[in-house]
Amino acid sequence: MKKLRANLLPWLVAVCFAQAAGATDIGDEKRGADLFRKYCASCHQIGAGAVNRIGPHLNGIFDRKAGSIEGFRYSKDMLRQGADGLVWNFENLDVYLENPRSLISRTRMNFRGLKDPQDRADVIAYLRQFSANPADIPEAAPTALPSEHVVPPEILAIKGDPEYGEYLASECLTCHQRSGADEGIPSITGWPVEDFVVAMHAYKEKKRPHPVMQMMAGRLSNEEIAALAAYFETLGE
Amino acid sequence: MTLNRRKFLGTAAATTAAALSAPMVRAMGKPRVVVIGGGAGGATVARYLAKDSKGALDVTLVEPTRKYYTCFFSNLYIGGFRDFESIGHTYGKLASEYGINVVHDWAVGIDRDKKIVSLAGGYALPYDRLVLSPGIDFVEGSVPGWDISNQDEMPHAYKAGSQTQLLKAQVENMREGGTFCLVAPPNPFRCPPGPYERVSMVAHVLKAKNPTAKIIILDPKPKFSKMALFQEGWAEHYPGMIEWIGPDFGGANVEVRPDSMEVVVDGEVTKVDVCNVIPAQKAGRIAEIAGITNDKGWAPVVPATMQSRMDENIHVLGDSSHQGDMPKSGFSANSQAKVCAMAIRGALLGSKVFPAKYSNTCWSLIDTDDGIKVGASYEATPEKIAKVDGFISKTGEPAELRKATYEESLGWYEGITKDMFG
Ligand SMILES: Cc1cc2nc3c(=O)[nH]c(=O)nc-3n(C[C@H](O)[C@H](O)[C@H](O)COP(=O)(O)OP(=O)(O)OC[C@H]3O[C@@H](n4cnc5c(N)ncnc54)[C@H](O)[C@@H]3O)c2cc1C
Ligand code: HEC
Ligand code: HEC
Repeated sequence: MKKLRANLLPWLVAVCFAQAAGATDIGDEKRGADLFRKYCASCHQIGAGAVNRIGPHLNGIFDRKAGSIEGFRYSKDMLRQGADGLVWNFENLDVYLENPRSLISRTRMNFRGLKDPQDRADVIAYLRQFSANPADIPEAAPTALPSEHVVPPEILAIKGDPEYGEYLASECLTCHQRSGADEGIPSITGWPVEDFVVAMHAYKEKKRPHPVMQMMAGRLSNEEIAALAAYFETLGE
Repeated sequence: MTLNRRKFLGTAAATTAAALSAPMVRAMGKPRVVVIGGGAGGATVARYLAKDSKGALDVTLVEPTRKYYTCFFSNLYIGGFRDFESIGHTYGKLASEYGINVVHDWAVGIDRDKKIVSLAGGYALPYDRLVLSPGIDFVEGSVPGWDISNQDEMPHAYKAGSQTQLLKAQVENMREGGTFCLVAPPNPFRCPPGPYERVSMVAHVLKAKNPTAKIIILDPKPKFSKMALFQEGWAEHYPGMIEWIGPDFGGANVEVRPDSMEVVVDGEVTKVDVCNVIPAQKAGRIAEIAGITNDKGWAPVVPATMQSRMDENIHVLGDSSHQGDMPKSGFSANSQAKVCAMAIRGALLGSKVFPAKYSNTCWSLIDTDDGIKVGASYEATPEKIAKVDGFISKTGEPAELRKATYEESLGWYEGITKDMFG
């Protein structure tokens, strides 16, 4: 049942986009305004006179480098993604709003995510109104829009083989320290399996920009990622 | 067979004299692995063998020096970004925490039929599997006018330690407005970006201390690693200081005169003040003594296991091996060591063997906070270790990304040295 839903969604969304096309290609900004009030406004301001609150103000978010508002105290991980070259656009906002930790593992944004692609599209359409030159709006046919980013449950459910994980991990330990020390390269020991898997898939699918990790994750199968997640979780104990 | 006590360290030396014979006694029951060379490949393979076999293998590491100075980051030491002691590492933990017999001596002979390694101190080590990771030696006569006896006047600094200190002192004491010359090696050689990172670090020192000085690079190769990135960086940070002379302008036709501190390029004589000669390279001599090198002086290996193509009881790692697409780097040697350790455990202990995966990343520093990198992943095909995928820094990257890249290299250094020495 779940699987069917996962497969159908992109198609359903495509239809929605096709209908909404015209005034805006990505979503309904009026509905987005309501959703923003409901889910985001407790932490973020947007529009004339917006200032940083719990979260940074979101004016001009399109084409803005992640973590770049002066004077706001971002998480270390957000700053690192910004330095790596993460610039907000439709697609990565969509990924971030769906599950903030997929892009920024220890993000300070304490928000579970918007699971409904239409909700996200509407919120993003609303945010876009406050960006001067949102050049990153996809111009291709709306059917080309990505919609489902979350790692499917059947992949999250794979039980990793820790023995295989231990061998595979030897390759990672050239850079990531077994002790969990973080000296220029983040610690990856003792993570919850799901966060680990989600982060690895974000590299594999090139949603996080870092080229070394894109390459490392790019050649790992789903089973291998699960095996690594299982092994590194035990290292933190 | 004589036992030279002073040359025994580690588990043996740490306990009593009676324990000295322990390795031999213990060896009776357990399969024996001898590793020659305690560098990037050798230290890693010894540590992984000992750690993952949980005492089921008898592992001996033969390495003449008590302190290993990494070539990686030795250029940063020249540039003043690291102090000398920060690149030195000892073998204490490999002995005390992993139970490896660390023997400080030279291997001087290998009897492949009897499967025995003989050491300069007279001791002999029998093995079931032998791993060679002896790094490089220089090809004699490859730079006319230079041989190893000239290394005090014209240092190579391509094996780290006192040579690196000497070169740094020469650069710092160079006369005002003097000329630093680097003679670059032909392919293949250890650390393809190494000579060019070195030039960057020398330029960094000269810019501050001796800004009218000049640097010339004499290069037999028409292209070098990360060339566009280095050249962009040199133009930005050290404008007018560095001249690269490729083969079209005589870079391949070079002779040096250590007595008079001259270099001769295409017949034209130039006086220089410091001359860093990096000769052509081949596998460490012990590989040749073992009789497992090819006509180019490197040791061909089976890609999936790093076994010598000429003797299945010997594995060759790192710079000495002739394997295919991987560059000769510390990262590569470390990566190969893990595959090799798995293959040896599989062969001697019957443990599970998984498909070989290799990777490499080489960072270089151009100037303060301006780091670049190149890397790739590899797989074993029957013919060679073949590149699968790769990446390289781009020209024109923002300063913030370059800084992050440099910081990453610091993290890597901590990671790999812990992975080698525990
Ligand atoms: C200037 C410079 C910069 C570099 N920078 C980097 C970098 O940033 N990143 C990177 O990945 N790589 C770098 N490298 C390359 C790296 O240092 C080598 O590729 C790596 O050390 C190779 O490992 P190895 O195990 O093959 O040999 P080595 O690390 O050289 O180890 C060989 C060891 O064997 C011992 N030995 C030799 N003969 C015998 C014998 N007969 N008996 C017993 N012991 C013996 C030697 O004493 C030595 O300790 C750099 C190299 C240089 C020169
Ligand atoms: C509980 C408070 C909270 C909620 C709710 C919340 N955010 Fe955030 N948001 C933050 C914080 C804190 C950060 C900074 C995160 C970090 O540094 O890791 C952030 C960061 C962001 C960023 C990146 C900003 C930048 O400068 O790079 C975007 C975009 C964003 N939030 C959008 C949203 C949207 C849209 C919603 C509603 C769907 C939302 N947030 C809900 C707290 C919140
Ligand atoms: C060449 C060095 C290197 C190797 C090898 C390497 N990594 Fe990484 N890894 C990094 C760097 C650098 C980062 C930070 C990337 C970024 O900014 O997104 C990172 C980030 C990560 C992250 C996300 C951390 C976070 O805080 O968001 C995970 C998870 C990870 N690596 C897992 C692995 C695994 C698993 C392997 C082995 C298969 C591996 N890495 C191999 C360098 C490396």
